[in-house]
Amino acid sequence: MDASALVIENLSYRYDKGAPLALDGLSALIRPGIVTGLVGPDGAGKTTLLRLLTGLLRPTAGSLRVFGLDTRDQAEKLQRLIGYMPQKFGLYEDLSVGQNLRLYADLHDVTGAERQRALARLLAFTGLEPFQDRLAGRLSGGMKQKLGLACALIRKPRLLLLDEPSVGVDPVSRRELWRMVGELVDAETAVIWSTAYLDEAERCREVLLLDGGRLLFSGPPGTLTERVAGRCFQVRGISGDRRRVLARALQQAEVQDGIVQGRDVRIVLRSGQAPPAPEPFAAGAEARLVPVPPRFEDAYVDILGGGPGGVSALAEAMRPLPGEREATVEAAGLSKRFGDFTAVSGIGFSIRRGEIFGLLGPNGAGKSTTFKMLCGLLRPSAGGSRVGGFDLRAAPGKARSHLGYMAQKFSLYGDLSTRQNLEFFAGVYGLAGARRKESVTRMIEIFGLTPHLKASARELPLGFKQRLALACAVMHEPPVLFLDEPTSGVDPLTRREFWTHINGLVERGVTVLVTTHFMDEAEYCDRLGLIYRGRMIACGAPDDLKAQVASAALPDPTLEETFIALLRQWDEGEGAKA
Amino acid sequence: MVNRILALLVKELLANLRDKRGRLVLIVPPLIQLFIFSFAATQEVKNQTLAILNLDHGRPALALERDFMAAATFGAVLHLRRAEEIPEVIDRQQAIAVLWIPADFSRELEGGGTARAGFILDGRKTNAAQIVQGYAQRILEAYRAEWSGRGQAGGVHLEARNWFNPNLDFRWYTVPSLVCILTTVVGLLVTGLSVAREREMGTFEQLLVSPLRPLEILIGKALPALLIAMVEGALIVLIGVTVLGVPLNGSLPLLFAAMAVFLLAIIGVGLFVSSLSMTQQQAVLGAFLFLVPATILSGFASPIENMPHWLQTLSYGNPLRYFMTISRGIFLKDVSAAVVWAQTWPMAIIACVTLTLATWLFKKRME
Repeated sequence: MDASALVIENLSYRYDKGAPLALDGLSALIRPGIVTGLVGPDGAGKTTLLRLLTGLLRPTAGSLRVFGLDTRDQAEKLQRLIGYMPQKFGLYEDLSVGQNLRLYADLHDVTGAERQRALARLLAFTGLEPFQDRLAGRLSGGMKQKLGLACALIRKPRLLLLDEPSVGVDPVSRRELWRMVGELVDAETAVIWSTAYLDEAERCREVLLLDGGRLLFSGPPGTLTERVAGRCFQVRGISGDRRRVLARALQQAEVQDGIVQGRDVRIVLRSGQAPPAPEPFAAGAEARLVPVPPRFEDAYVDILGGGPGGVSALAEAMRPLPGEREATVEAAGLSKRFGDFTAVSGIGFSIRRGEIFGLLGPNGAGKSTTFKMLCGLLRPSAGGSRVGGFDLRAAPGKARSHLGYMAQKFSLYGDLSTRQNLEFFAGVYGLAGARRKESVTRMIEIFGLTPHLKASARELPLGFKQRLALACAVMHEPPVLFLDEPTSGVDPLTRREFWTHINGLVERGVTVLVTTHFMDEAEYCDRLGLIYRGRMIACGAPDDLKAQVASAALPDPTLEETFIALLRQWDEGEGAKA
Repeated sequence: MVNRILALLVKELLANLRDKRGRLVLIVPPLIQLFIFSFAATQEVKNQTLAILNLDHGRPALALERDFMAAATFGAVLHLRRAEEIPEVIDRQQAIAVLWIPADFSRELEGGGTARAGFILDGRKTNAAQIVQGYAQRILEAYRAEWSGRGQAGGVHLEARNWFNPNLDFRWYTVPSLVCILTTVVGLLVTGLSVAREREMGTFEQLLVSPLRPLEILIGKALPALLIAMVEGALIVLIGVTVLGVPLNGSLPLLFAAMAVFLLAIIGVGLFVSSLSMTQQQAVLGAFLFLVPATILSGFASPIENMPHWLQTLSYGNPLRYFMTISRGIFLKDVSAAVVWAQTWPMAIIACVTLTLATWLFKKRME
């Protein structure tokens, strides 16, 4: 028995008698000295596994030994070795950063001079030193996660368990979290990082991939990626609409997965298939297929049986919206001051009909404030915005009936059933009588909601929550859709399905405004606006932004690198001015 | 507009009533309170112990002792022997009062002089002591009448009749009051929690970006609360009349009409609290901040006339005060519509004020 590692043997767990197994016969070995990634679709059993490792849950069958300690009967001893950061870390929002840290130190019996040292170390480590007196509730999402991590690290743990620490966190803060965890790992320490971001999984030395409670893969991510080697291509030189090219490509028998990447379309072929000629994609005369190196995400989708098709039943059922490529969402000189603090200053842009516009920016940069002003939730201090030609302030009712809105938390009514949610939103958007009945039925069919009609929205699996939220947002066929971090924390398969619908709707002339931290998602956008320190510091097509920062050192930057480089350029420019 | 409000109304009702727990929370606690209040919160003094120290062995003294012992009020009688025992009996709360008949009682009385007897009460139990004193006075009056009647013909006899509640059954007083208090609790909590709950869940923004106007949202929040509280009120009336045997002499439609106006005033307060609170916890605290003073200033526990002048003035702004009068009036007296109206229009004014304030605050807080 290896006392220096985590040994999982034939581990099974079920929450209630009669319920299906949440974990089913899992065996694995997790080594110290590296970061082990834990990935899998929603409901795969990631959180269950983490909770079993802490000893908070007791295995139904099989065994779990952490550094030689059995979680069944040595949980108390074990918990002194563990740092655990759950998805919603229990920060006390009404306490300051320093008070939170001191409280967790006291709870872990770290007192006196030892506490002083630990606090100083963690504040320096997380860069939270200047914010010691700020209330935790007032921190941005990224800073909250850093503070949560710091609290989990009060007593330097031998096993650090992180449950999706980077959900809702911007790329800059995400990098810092990685750096912090990287510095922590030594020969003694084991780290398990559960994530829905597959680029993060790719950075882990080893990965456990769960699906439906079973372990599909364990080993270095590169090993999994090899299974799709030679099957990944980009369709480059597309003339015409790349979204249509993607939809057509996904209808080809040889293609099992595809996404939009800026100007290009990335496809993954089914195993054993020769690359098809690009003609059926109707991508234009210049189009060509270029082999590209595989990514972990390609392999992940592959092992889970491929992505969804390219056809959106939702878009199919919708009439094309009339009109040309006129501006449907306009913002001019939008500013918002809270007391002395200027949150947003002079932001202006316009989105044309049938365009996807993405708002990016670090947490706390003014992105949410801008978004709220655009949907009329906040009154701008200066400037204004129009949706579908209506001023949001002068004619809020009219402007809002043109608008579909979906927020990161899928604002559904948890107490109401699936059908009741649909009927409520239909009623609120003024659909009555036969029209209401008809649109509710249509949504149920399109999104395959029939088996869950009577279930409370709260109890729906995440994928279905996502579908229902989208259904509620679009059932009145709005010409404009506002999406606020719509796929935060959702696994890649559900995300693909979601974007298939959005792409389809855009085809029909719907205008989409989306905020996101997912660079994958940002690649779907026609244009991006990067908001930083309350201003829009860059605006353009993803590929144009990339070209803007490309250099000899970084000839082909990813969108995330572009994002970070643009922020740095701005800081340097501002620094020079100051 | 009607459609949108209707959708909101259905949603609110479902959110409150769809799951079993939600229904239980709305129905069971008020019923428990109804029963506890009706059986436990009685102001009658029953089953109290009286101590008697009789140092006189004359006939008049024995007769007085007998009269006290026969009174239904006192469940048990404790006989003392020496005056030194009195402090101990009161101190240890073995008796609420001590009747002290001095040795010269009979002599004085028979000699035509003024006989004096002592009556010592436990002042710690202010209310009960007062009531026991009342009982003692009555017993003594009867006793005096008997003695004076013997001496000379005639004499005054006081015949008391309690109108509207002949047996002074305390439940007859409690149940009509509870109709007011429990509907207040339900109306206040349902509205108070509704906006706060949506804020907590994140659904509130979803509502605000829909074509629903603020006023429509408020109406959609007020109507379900009104409906739920009215049904609750009806249930309490029903149980009060059938199970607890309280008479309903007046007009039921009048009672419900007044209840609707009353509840609108309460719902205005609830919506005001709801607009102020960010969390459900704050909403509950806010609701109780109103509920407790409003109950005390309603005349439920102590008569408004006993309060200091400035508090009496304040109580004119309390809708419970008016509805309490109406409810008791309709239950026990069959008051006329005119009397009900006289108490209803002030509630209507209060409702206008609270609802307007709530709307104003709600709109203001949306910015």
